[in-house]
Amino acid sequence: MSSANWKFLLGGAVVVAALSWLGFVGFQESKSYYITVDEFSAMKNDLQGKTLKIAGDVVEGSIERSGPGLEFVITHSGKNLKVRYVGRDVLPDTFKGGSKAVVEGTLSEDGVLLARHIEAKCASKYEAEYNKKTT
Amino acid sequence: MSNFGAFCLLLALCLSLYGLFASLLGAILKQHRIVRSAERAAIASCAGILLSLAALLYLLATSDFSVAHVAQSTNRELPVFYKLAALWGAHDGSMLLWVFVTAVFSGIVVLQNRFRYRDMMPYVVAVLMFNLSFFLILNLFLSNPFNELVQVLPDGTMHKFSPQDGRGLNPLLQYWAMIIHPPILYLGFIGFVVPFAFAIAALITRQLGDTWIRTTRRWTLITWLFLGVGLILGGKWAYVELGWGGYWGWDPVENSSLMPWLTGTAFLHSVIVQERKGMLKVWNVLLVVITYLLGIFGTFITRSGIINSVHAFADSKLGVFFLYYMLLVLGGSLFLIIDRLPYLKSERRLDSVLSRESAFLFNNLLLLVACFAVLWGTMFPVLSNWVEGTKITVGPPFFNSVGIPIGLMLLFLTGVGPLFAWRKTSVESLRRAFLWPMAPALLVCIALLVSGMRSFYSLVSFTLCMFVLVTIAQEFWKGTRVRVRNTGENFALAMVNLTLKNKRRYGGYVVHLSIVLMFVGLTGNAFNRQTS
Repeated sequence: MSSANWKFLLGGAVVVAALSWLGFVGFQESKSYYITVDEFSAMKNDLQGKTLKIAGDVVEGSIERSGPGLEFVITHSGKNLKVRYVGRDVLPDTFKGGSKAVVEGTLSEDGVLLARHIEAKCASKYEAEYNKKTT
Repeated sequence: MSNFGAFCLLLALCLSLYGLFASLLGAILKQHRIVRSAERAAIASCAGILLSLAALLYLLATSDFSVAHVAQSTNRELPVFYKLAALWGAHDGSMLLWVFVTAVFSGIVVLQNRFRYRDMMPYVVAVLMFNLSFFLILNLFLSNPFNELVQVLPDGTMHKFSPQDGRGLNPLLQYWAMIIHPPILYLGFIGFVVPFAFAIAALITRQLGDTWIRTTRRWTLITWLFLGVGLILGGKWAYVELGWGGYWGWDPVENSSLMPWLTGTAFLHSVIVQERKGMLKVWNVLLVVITYLLGIFGTFITRSGIINSVHAFADSKLGVFFLYYMLLVLGGSLFLIIDRLPYLKSERRLDSVLSRESAFLFNNLLLLVACFAVLWGTMFPVLSNWVEGTKITVGPPFFNSVGIPIGLMLLFLTGVGPLFAWRKTSVESLRRAFLWPMAPALLVCIALLVSGMRSFYSLVSFTLCMFVLVTIAQEFWKGTRVRVRNTGENFALAMVNLTLKNKRRYGGYVVHLSIVLMFVGLTGNAFNRQTS
């Protein structure tokens, strides 16, 4: 292989190595376990300290704003989890009672999930029953 | 009407399958007339799908709620415009739109080339029809928008029924950018099948010069353009809708449309090296196969429900068919490439690292690493679930940690690439070329530092933006001056004519300029965070 090829490969390898290291650091910083509320209650003991992304439905009427904070309950397959939002972003328009939500954060000592990030998907209206009428 | 629509779709499938087999048969038997009949079948198939589309639009416009798709995505109070746009508001109808665009593109290719490339066209048509047939089969048998609603009564009998009113269109979708965003993205995804088809045809017929590249250049450019515009529109819409992470959230569906754009950009650059220097032939065919497959992969991620996303529409059984199709295409393409390797030998070697070839290679390396990183981050939950049993997701910090440095390095290359000569650039000429752009760039850097900016990446970004801006301006200046001297036109007219007569080069610079503007915006936006 010519010297130009070698130089290119060497330079390329250095760049890829640097990027891989950066990527690895970024990976460790942002990885989180994606589970539903019922899977969470089954695994509760192993999850202290890990970043969690928990999916469930927001329980109607459970959203309480207490001062600057916000608390609500999410549920899935019969299991509930209380969440306290400690993030600073504006909440999504779609976040309301009954919507599907994915909450990212860590467990506090009192068993409440301290959420730093909330994503919400519109659900309820689109599961509405059809008006039945036979033809 | 729904039966008519479904029937047209079935007819279109029969025609596209005929097109597939007849074009192959005609090529093998060297019977021109059979190939011609296959081409006509392709056009007829397109007409069939058009009729089917018209049928569904009619059903939507007249609010025929006996049809599942209509009941699912519209209601009586929806304005007519949204009723029609609801065609792609739910899974089944969007499949029909996908099939429609695919068929129209295939038809245009057949018409464009009806007097050219007679040796390659049978294989081009075969690949196009293979692609179309696959999606038609999915559309007809797994996501049929013409399915009618039935109700199962307590006594076990089934009755067709038609609700009084439909469920309506998700309010998030009732926004202008959201309406045009899917069709534009589809144009961007689907268009890559054309260079892919020509690449396969070139491999089969052993015509591996740059015929296949030159003939599909316009297709590649326009597809890439639509994909880029689709991405930007999505970003604009996400920015307007609070809670979707600003203009880009590294959501799996967003990522799946970014990946073919990254490899498409790499492809647009690497073909220039093949056309000018006869190098990178193997790389180019590989890249076009990858880009096409990433487009299929993108629609696979969105439709299969394999990865959770705020965009995810459906949890359907389509996933496994996509996987088989992708594996088949990948396997077949790789086999062809390996078999034809002797015809893909490079005509020249890399002479120096300080050359334009080298800059293009580096551009490709960076874009592919970026694509791999995005793929890794997007698919990790699936991988970790397979290996460990829990889904581990990664968020923006991962993607940004790799994406930002790569973006900045690419920005740097955008500036220096044109300064490098083909084959080898002398250090002396480099020094002269760098001097002009470096000075204002350093001034910008110093000014920002003095005014208090301390973020490393932002400083680098703005400095590079200035650097690239000056290199682009320099290129236009030099070119225009030469033209003025040769033609005597006034400066402004000369610059316009220069661009129009050298669209490849100066058009490219215009695109680079817009990228610089985007970097300025992206970097500035990093400072602007609204919190409550």
